[in-house]
Amino acid sequence: MSLRIAAAVLVALLGGASLAGSAELAGGRVALPVVKIEKNGACVAPTAQMRRDHMKMLLHQRDRTMHEGVRTTRFSLKNCIECHASRETGSVLGKEGFCSSCHAYASVAIDCFECHSPMREARAQ
Amino acid sequence: MNPDRRQLLGWAAAAALAPGLRLIDLVQARSPEEAASVLQRWGLLIDVEKCSDCDACVGACRDENGWAGHGRPATDAQWIRKASLRDRGTGLVQTLPLMCQHCEHPPCVDVCPTGASFKRADGIVLVDKHICIGCRYCVMACPFGARSFVHEPVTGQKADVPRGKGTVESCTLCVHRVDRGERPACVEACNRDGGKAMLFGDLKDSSSEISLRLRREPSTPLRPDLALNPGVRYQRL
Repeated sequence: MSLRIAAAVLVALLGGASLAGSAELAGGRVALPVVKIEKNGACVAPTAQMRRDHMKMLLHQRDRTMHEGVRTTRFSLKNCIECHASRETGSVLGKEGFCSSCHAYASVAIDCFECHSPMREARAQ
Repeated sequence: MNPDRRQLLGWAAAAALAPGLRLIDLVQARSPEEAASVLQRWGLLIDVEKCSDCDACVGACRDENGWAGHGRPATDAQWIRKASLRDRGTGLVQTLPLMCQHCEHPPCVDVCPTGASFKRADGIVLVDKHICIGCRYCVMACPFGARSFVHEPVTGQKADVPRGKGTVESCTLCVHRVDRGERPACVEACNRDGGKAMLFGDLKDSSSEISLRLRREPSTPLRPDLALNPGVRYQRL
């Protein structure tokens, strides 16, 4: 019984410590993702699904477009950029860019823009 | 007329009409959700006599696909170039646009170790840069020198034409335009500013202008000895 109480205390302490830690981090040492949605309206799928599966949708669409010439816009990278590019810079990259801010936060390298233009088309031309 | 006979005549009429209707379908642009089809094969016919000294096709390709270089000809990408051919016997010099010939049996596809170099159902030969590892076997295998390697970081790409360092690229026959039902940029420019030497069309559509001309007039592929059956053919060469 005393072991259980000790464990509960330990968990509580750890939880408290981590809470304190996150509060401290939110104070400015680590950049939090800025998810700026500039264009109102619904995305091509519910937000939870987009957050979890956007890379799968893009991968699937990529092969369909490249190899079969299917150019539907719903899951195309170009369509993502058209909507989500910043109104100021015209890009999805940059400090507050829609793609780059989250990817920097999650520390997941994003290779798309090694080749693809991150700019909304009207700006890129 | 008894009902059986009437039905038979109906079927006969449908059979007579069906091929014509299908031909009309084929010349129209595909819808975005429709995959490229083996019922089509895109090709070019280039009349070398009408091809003058201009390089409208090269400029148009560069602008459309955004491959302007860094002024370093040894390493800059080149999707299309004007080649001069000189007959050793007679001294006759001819110039012609040279780009990926979109072979039916492309050597670049044969040698690619990753499957990045591939031929689409409608005959357009492409590089899938997502899986290209930049080994450059295809650059060596192509008998027309049509492929380039991207040596330097690229910025400011066109939205429809992704390009990146470490991959191989070549003429895509402006696949993004073809999928919209348009002609390649070089053909557009040649017919607007140049000698009207280039014709684009569907080689499998027997009623297309390119098929009619190929049937009527003599033409030759480059390097016929290799039996690659290119989609690009030349006239009066």
